[in-house]
Amino acid sequence: MNALWIGVIGTSVLAFALKYLGHSVPEKFLTNPRMLRINTLIPIALLSALVGVQTITEKGKWVIDQRLAGVAVALVALALKAPYFVVVISAAITSAALYRL
Amino acid sequence: MSRVNRATVTQSLSVSFTVGLYGIAFGAAGIAAGFSLLQTSLLSLLTFSGASQFAVVGVMGAGGSSISAIATASLLGIRNGLYGLRMAPILKVRGAQRIVAAQVTIDESTGVAIGQENLGNDAMKAGFWLTGFGVYFFWNLFTIVGALGAQAMGNPSAWGLDAAVPAAFLGLVWPRLNSSFEKTLAALSLILAVVLSPFISAGLPIIATSLLAVAFGWKVRS
Repeated sequence: MNALWIGVIGTSVLAFALKYLGHSVPEKFLTNPRMLRINTLIPIALLSALVGVQTITEKGKWVIDQRLAGVAVALVALALKAPYFVVVISAAITSAALYRL
Repeated sequence: MSRVNRATVTQSLSVSFTVGLYGIAFGAAGIAAGFSLLQTSLLSLLTFSGASQFAVVGVMGAGGSSISAIATASLLGIRNGLYGLRMAPILKVRGAQRIVAAQVTIDESTGVAIGQENLGNDAMKAGFWLTGFGVYFFWNLFTIVGALGAQAMGNPSAWGLDAAVPAAFLGLVWPRLNSSFEKTLAALSLILAVVLSPFISAGLPIIATSLLAVAFGWKVRS
C-alpha cells in the first residue's frame, strides 16, 4: 500500500473517530472553558498556516510566484466583502493570467 | 421532523449547494496533488471534512509524509468532535443513527442547527440532518466534477488552481477572524509555518502552530 492510500484511509478512520467521539462523550465532561477556547483557536491557527505554506512555499522551499498575487487579490476581495466564490475565482484568474504571461 | 419550517429548508439547501460547489476545488486539488480519482472521491465520501481533506492533499502534494498528513488533518478534525458534543444532546440518537449523525457532523450542519435555536429542538434537528445530507450529496458530486475536470485540463497552474486552493482556505478562515486577537493569531501562525517550512518536514510546520493556539487560548481574555 503506498503513502497516498495510507493518507486516505488513515485520515478517514481518524476523522470518523473524532466525530463519533464527540457524540459519545457524556455532557458532564464538557466543562473546561480553557480547553474549549483552545479548540476554537486551533483551526484558525492551522488554516492560516496552511494558507501561508500553500502560497509561498513549494516542496519545503520559499517560492514567490503567481500564487502570492492570486491570494493577495483574494484578500482584497474578502476585505470588500465579496461572496465566497468571487474570492476563489478572482484568485484563480489572477494567478492563471500571470502564469500564462 | 414531520413539519419542517420552510426557512430551515431554504437555509439548509442554500448552504449545502454553495459549500458543495467548493467540492470542485477539492476534486481538482486532489488530482493536482497526485491522488487518483478513486482516492480523491473516497476522501470526500469517508473523511467528509473539507479542511481535513484539503490538509491531506496539501501536505502530501507538497511532498509531506502520510503521518504528517494524517496528523494535520486530524488536528483540523478535532472541532468536528466538539460539534458532536454540542449536537448529541439535541439529536439524542444511538446505534446506526449515531454513526450517520457523526459522519455528517461538520461546520455547516452544526452551524445551520445552531441558527434554528429560536425555532426549537425539532427545527435544529431538521436543520442538522438536511444540511448534513445536503452537503454530503453536493460535496461528493462536485468532487467528482472537479477531479474529472482537473484530469482533462492539464497543468493546474495554468488555470490558477495553485492560488484558488489557498484562497479557498483564506475564505474559510476569514469569517472567524472577528477581533485583533484572532487576526494576530492567524498572522503569527501563517508566518511561523512559512518560516519553519524549509527546516522541518512538510506538515509539521502547520501542526506546530497549534502550540500558538494553545498559548493564545491559555489565558482568559476579556
